[in-house]
Amino acid sequence: MGISNILFIVLLAGAAFLFYRNFGKIVRNIKLGKDLDRSDQSDVRWKTMARVALGQSKMVTRPIAGILHILVYIGFVIINIEILEIVLDGVLGTHRVFAGFLGDFYVTFINLFEILALLVLLACAVFLIRRNIVKIERFWKPEMKGWPASDANYILFIEILLMSAFLIMNAADTVLMNIPYEDISATSLAHYGETGLVNPSFVVSDFLIGWLPNDPNTLAFIERACWWFHIVGIFAFLNYLVISKHLHILLAFPNTYFSNLYPKGRFDNLASVKKEVEMMFDPSIDPYATPPADENPAPVTFGAKDVSDLTWKQLMDAYTCTECGRCTSVCPANLTGKLLSPRKIMMDTRDRITEVGNNLDKNGPDFKDEKLLVHDYISAEELWACTTCNACTDACPVNIDPLSIIVDLRRYLVMEQSAAPAELNGMFTNIENNGAPWQFSMADRLNWKDEN
Amino acid sequence: MAEETLKVPTMAELTAAGESPEILFWVGCAGSFDDRAKKITRAFVSILNKLDVKFAVLGTEESCTGDPAKRAGNEFLFQVQAMTNIQVLNGYNIKKIVTTCPHCFNTLKNEYPELGGNYDVIHHTQFLQELINQGKLKFKGGAFKGKKITFHDPCYLGRGNNEYEAPRELLEKLDADLAEMKHCRAKGLCCGAGGAQMFKEAEKGNKEVNIERTEEALEVNPDIIATGCPFCNTMMTDGVKNFNKEGSVKVFDLAELVMEAQDV
Ligand code: SF4
Ligand code: SF4
Repeated sequence: MGISNILFIVLLAGAAFLFYRNFGKIVRNIKLGKDLDRSDQSDVRWKTMARVALGQSKMVTRPIAGILHILVYIGFVIINIEILEIVLDGVLGTHRVFAGFLGDFYVTFINLFEILALLVLLACAVFLIRRNIVKIERFWKPEMKGWPASDANYILFIEILLMSAFLIMNAADTVLMNIPYEDISATSLAHYGETGLVNPSFVVSDFLIGWLPNDPNTLAFIERACWWFHIVGIFAFLNYLVISKHLHILLAFPNTYFSNLYPKGRFDNLASVKKEVEMMFDPSIDPYATPPADENPAPVTFGAKDVSDLTWKQLMDAYTCTECGRCTSVCPANLTGKLLSPRKIMMDTRDRITEVGNNLDKNGPDFKDEKLLVHDYISAEELWACTTCNACTDACPVNIDPLSIIVDLRRYLVMEQSAAPAELNGMFTNIENNGAPWQFSMADRLNWKDEN
Repeated sequence: MAEETLKVPTMAELTAAGESPEILFWVGCAGSFDDRAKKITRAFVSILNKLDVKFAVLGTEESCTGDPAKRAGNEFLFQVQAMTNIQVLNGYNIKKIVTTCPHCFNTLKNEYPELGGNYDVIHHTQFLQELINQGKLKFKGGAFKGKKITFHDPCYLGRGNNEYEAPRELLEKLDADLAEMKHCRAKGLCCGAGGAQMFKEAEKGNKEVNIERTEEALEVNPDIIATGCPFCNTMMTDGVKNFNKEGSVKVFDLAELVMEAQDV
C-alpha cells in the first residue's frame, strides 16, 4: 500500500466522519421540533416522493429551468457511479478497476458519463448566466443578498470545475493508455498500460487531447492532479452541503415523503385549544378540578413564537428549502410589493434553527438567548400580508409549506400577544358577539329572503 | 331581475313539520349580509326552487363558521364557533351541506370533522353539476352566445380543494366562449381577500392584489368575469370599477349565470 492510498483513505474517512457529525446535528435540530404524526398512508407517501422528488414533477412547470435541472440531476446521480470506481481505485491502488471486468462496455459507460458531464457543465453555465447576467427576478429579491447568492454561485462553479476535472482527466488518461505498453512497462507509468482496454478513446474528452502537452510524465501529472481534484472536490462538496441550500439533494426525498396529504385548504386544529374549548362546552368537566397528576405541567404556548414551537416537519422544510424563489414569485403579497416573501420565511426559520442548534452545542441545553423567530427574524408586517392562498405551497418543487409557519406565528401574535391589527380585533369581536365578521345581528340572517 | 318570492324553509320549520331536507344550504355571513352576495344567495335559491330541490337553511341559527378567525390566527374563537355550529348541525342530524362560499365549504368540509362535525359538504358549483348529471338542471341553450367569459378560481375551491372542473363545466353549458387568464387553475392568482385580508387594510406595497388580478382578467377582454366566491366577487367588482370598466365588464357568480340560462 503506497503513501497515496493511505492519504486517500484518511481523506475518505475524514470526509465521511465530518459529514456524519454535521449532518447528525441537522437531524438533531430537526428533532427539536414538536411531534407530528406523518406515518400514515405509506403507499401514497412513497408515490408522492417518487413523483415529486425523483420524478421532479413540479420542476417542469417552468420548462427551461426544469429541463436543465433534470439534466444536472441525472448527470449528478449517474456520474456518482463513476465515483465508486474512483473510491475503489483510491483505496486499492488500482487504475480504472472496472475496466478489467467490463471490457468494451467500460468505454460505453465512460462515454455516457462524459456526455452527461458535458451536459451538466453546459446546464450549470446556463444557470450561472440566468442568475448573474439575465438576472431573473426571483434570484434578486432582498433575502438573496450576500451569502444566499454566493452559495448558489459557488455550487454551480464547483459543479463546473468537477465536471471539467473529470473530462481533462480522461483526456490525459486516453493518451497515456494508448502509449505502446513496451515503451512504459519499465517506468512508473506502467499501470496506464495495464487496464486491459485496447486503444481506448472517449467521445467528449477526445476533443481536449489537442490542448494537452505531449510529454507522458506531464500528462500523468495532469491525470493525477485532476483525479485528486475531482475526488477531493467531491468530499468537500459533501461537507459543503450541510451549510448550503444544496442540502435539498438529500432532504428532498424525506421531505416529499412526509408531505401534507390533506387538502391544502385545511389548517390543523390546535389540540391545546381544543382541550380548552371542549372544557367550555362540556358541563360535566369541572374547570376548577385539579388536573390529573400525570399531566404535563409545562405551560403550552398557543401558536409558535420560536422554532421549537414548530413541528419537526416545518423544520425539515426549512432545511430542505433550496431558495429557488418559485414560492415568492407567485405570492400575491410579494407580487404587489409587500414585505412578505414565503422564501424568506423558510430561510429565516432555517437560520434561526441553526442558531438555536449552535447555541445548544456551545452553551448547553439550559441556555436561552433573547431572540425569537417572530419579531427578531420575521416581522408582524410580513405575517399579516399573507392571504393564505396556498400559491406558495403549490409552487414549491419539494412540497414545502411556508403557509403553515405563517399561520402558527399569527396564532402566537393573536392568542399570546393580543397583537392582531385593530381591524381584525374588530372582526373577532363581531364574530364573538353576533356570529358574523361584520356588525350585523344574527336575527337579521334571513333578511335576504325577502329583499330584492 | 324580476321580483321573485323565494321559498326558503328553515330547519326549525321543517323539523316542526316532521320533515327533513335532502340538503342543508349553508348561506354564510357574506351570503346573508353583504348586499352583492345576497343576490348570489337569491340566485342559487331560485334555481333550487325551480327544480323543487328539498333544501333548508339554518336561518337565524346559523353563525360564522369561524373561517376568518382561524386564518387570522384566532384558533380559540374558531373552535368556539365550530363547536357551536356543530351542536346545531348535529342537533338537526344534518348529513349533507351545500354552500355558495368556498371558505365555508373548506372549513366545514376539512376542519369540522376533527371537532365532531362530519358532513358531506359540497360547493354550489359541484351541486349544480350534480343536478345537471341527474338530468334535472337544464339550459335554454344560447343564453350567453357570443359572450366571452373568464373564470377566476377561488383559492379555497381550486388550490385548497382541487376543484377546477365543476365551475368550468357549468360555463360550457352556457354556450359562452371560455377564455382562460394567464394564471388559472392551480396557478390562479388570489383576489386578495383570503386569510382575513377582507377585513383589514392591506400592508404597505405598490399595488392592491385585486387590481393585479383584475388586470389579468381584463387582458383577455371578457364580457363577464365569473367567480364562485362572494369575496372574490367583491374584489373583482372593485377591481373592474377601478379601471372604469363596470359598463362593459360584469362580475357574476356562477349561480347567477346558471339562473339566467336555466330552462324552466
Ligand atoms: S399563502 Fe401567503 S405566503 Fe403563500 S403565496 Fe399566498 S399570500 Fe404568499
Ligand atoms: S420554499 Fe420551496 S419554492 Fe420556496 S424557495 Fe424554498 S424550495 Fe423554492
